Amino acid sequence: MKTSSSTERFSSPLWRDRALAASALSEMEGLAAAAASRTGGQVNFMEVCGTHTMAIAASGMRRLFPKVLRMLSGPGCPVCVTSQGDIDRVLALAALPGVIITTFGDMMKVKGSKGLDLNSMRERGTDVRVVYSPLDAVAIAAAEPARQVVFIGVGFETTAPVIAGAVARAKKAGLKNFSSTAFFKLVPPALELLLSDPENRIHGFMLPGHVSAIIGLEPYRFVSKKYGVPCVVTGFEPLDILAGVNMLLKQVVSGHPSVEDEYFRAVREEGNPAALKLMAEVFEVCSASWRAIGTVKATGLEFSKAYASFDAVKRFKIPYSDAPEPKGCLCGKILLGKALPPDCPLFGRACSPSSAVGPCMVSSEGACAAWFKYGN
Amino acid sequence: MAVFQKVLLGHGSGGRLSRELVEQVFLKSFSNPALLPLEDAAEVTLGGARLAFTTDSYVVTPVEFPGADIGRVAVCGTVNDLAVKGARPAALSAGFILEEGFPAAVLKRITASMRRAADEAGVSIVTGDTKVVEKGHADGIFINTSGIGLIPKGRRLTSAAVRDGDVIIVSGNLADHGVAVMNARSKLGLEGGIKSDAAPLNRMIEAALRRPGVRAMRDITRGGLATVLNEVSGACGLTAEVEEEQVPVSPAARNACALLGLDPMYVANEGKIALFAAPQAAAGVLAALRADKYGRNAVVVGRMVKEKKPQVRLNTAIGGSRIMLMLEGEQLPRIC
Repeated sequence: MKTSSSTERFSSPLWRDRALAASALSEMEGLAAAAASRTGGQVNFMEVCGTHTMAIAASGMRRLFPKVLRMLSGPGCPVCVTSQGDIDRVLALAALPGVIITTFGDMMKVKGSKGLDLNSMRERGTDVRVVYSPLDAVAIAAAEPARQVVFIGVGFETTAPVIAGAVARAKKAGLKNFSSTAFFKLVPPALELLLSDPENRIHGFMLPGHVSAIIGLEPYRFVSKKYGVPCVVTGFEPLDILAGVNMLLKQVVSGHPSVEDEYFRAVREEGNPAALKLMAEVFEVCSASWRAIGTVKATGLEFSKAYASFDAVKRFKIPYSDAPEPKGCLCGKILLGKALPPDCPLFGRACSPSSAVGPCMVSSEGACAAWFKYGN
Repeated sequence: MAVFQKVLLGHGSGGRLSRELVEQVFLKSFSNPALLPLEDAAEVTLGGARLAFTTDSYVVTPVEFPGADIGRVAVCGTVNDLAVKGARPAALSAGFILEEGFPAAVLKRITASMRRAADEAGVSIVTGDTKVVEKGHADGIFINTSGIGLIPKGRRLTSAAVRDGDVIIVSGNLADHGVAVMNARSKLGLEGGIKSDAAPLNRMIEAALRRPGVRAMRDITRGGLATVLNEVSGACGLTAEVEEEQVPVSPAARNACALLGLDPMYVANEGKIALFAAPQAAAGVLAALRADKYGRNAVVVGRMVKEKKPQVRLNTAIGGSRIMLMLEGEQLPRIC
């Protein structure tokens, strides 16, 4: 775990400085007007990452943005993009007798197609444990050799290397009672999915800082080269986000799209080679099933042959079946940037954090949860 | 509002779900004028004397953590619940539910710590009870404490008395307790020496109340400042407007919260209060708080304002603003 001194440079009060923010916002007014004249009136940027969605809402900056600028939430919340079918598989694993389910807290309240979630499985007696690291799950497996311990692996290139590390450790320790799901999604193919839709209206991507710290800048180049859409890898402090927006606007105004790095204090051009190597050893690219999008080739990760025995879905032979989205729920459209949370007829009425219908309201990083919690 | 079907962990969070449980179950059965304000302690009149009466149960894991332990928290929590109603704590009870096999050495440390906290507060633990349950039927030790205290003549502190223009004062740095417990529980290895702030605040509160102008006080425990402000806003019908930059959080706790994805506004404290005071009284009250070792970092964080639709609003450091709702469900299981 990082110490406070090493986190200081990432979250120093300077990153929330009012005068600097005011100057960035006044620059934004002019840039946005110039950009809007190029895009035809409205400038739509997508923050791909759920952490950005939360940071934008928590800092209350949406109402400070120029009127012509709209920030759309993208498919970057791990829980939100997990398909209903995969959620059902998580619940099927939780129904196995004697199993210990270990998970990040966010998965606890995501409902399967029969209305159950891990919370309700815990109430019914399943041993469900929220952990902060998959290594904790490996430690549980080592301590309880007579029981099967399953980690619920979901997420993007950020969580995948951590889980790869845990699985590699379990293999080294010869643990036969540890396994994990690999419902991982890849960010660059998700961007391609969005861009290949002719109806998309995205004028720039605010790219996720954490994912990019792992994969670097190269995997995004096609976005600006092939599709001519600006990209800026951005940090998570308020001033990072304001600077990221201004860099995107400048690219729109100049008409020269590229992949820029605002978050250079954490993200290097080449990413994190050690994490990439570990991921490549434990996982391989596969098709993945996305909520509201369906199954798409080469957009996810599964266990490689050498680690196939750690795949919980295979070990316990859990079948996949497609399940429909909850009725009336707009999560799918919201994930694709085609709707904002208040557009949904369920938002704030049938759907709220305490009784969520869709995953965008369940996850602490979901767009609907952010809009509800911070009242944008 | 969801229909209550069975108890969830979130019902113990101190946030909105706890409120629903109280309203849908306990108030239905117990409702009476003394209970109804749902404040930190109830006021009962006995032989002409106004007494504050309160009870609280403590279920912390682990039972010992940097800065405090379950016993210190159990004494301080009840002392503070009395003190924020303006009462002078007089006597406490202590009930213990012990799990078979609980180590005697730990129990002795906990009771010694309770004695120290009680001595510091100037109260005695005058009655008690012990139950032992089979191994596996409790988590080591649960403690319940109740307390009574006398409310001096002329004092009437209640959230409903808060007025338009009153300032909101917080008595010191937020989030230390919750972060310290979580760090100890999950062995996160966070550095920065974050310690629980558990402390008896009755002397500090008494000093603040010697100044005029304090209208209400709240103990900022489970659910954090955001939840307390929502409750006060609901009781007095005013908006609570908070300046993010003014809210005191130590850099170590702020960084820990950032790493853990916690909002310090919702993290539990065991030695902090929020005071609501007339604006002209603020300087005097602040001076009184800061003269006490537990109030050194006391500061005005915002004010109460009359608006059509009362809410709790945070003016953010960068000049934006947003609402702060009550804690939804559990932020963390069993912080205190």
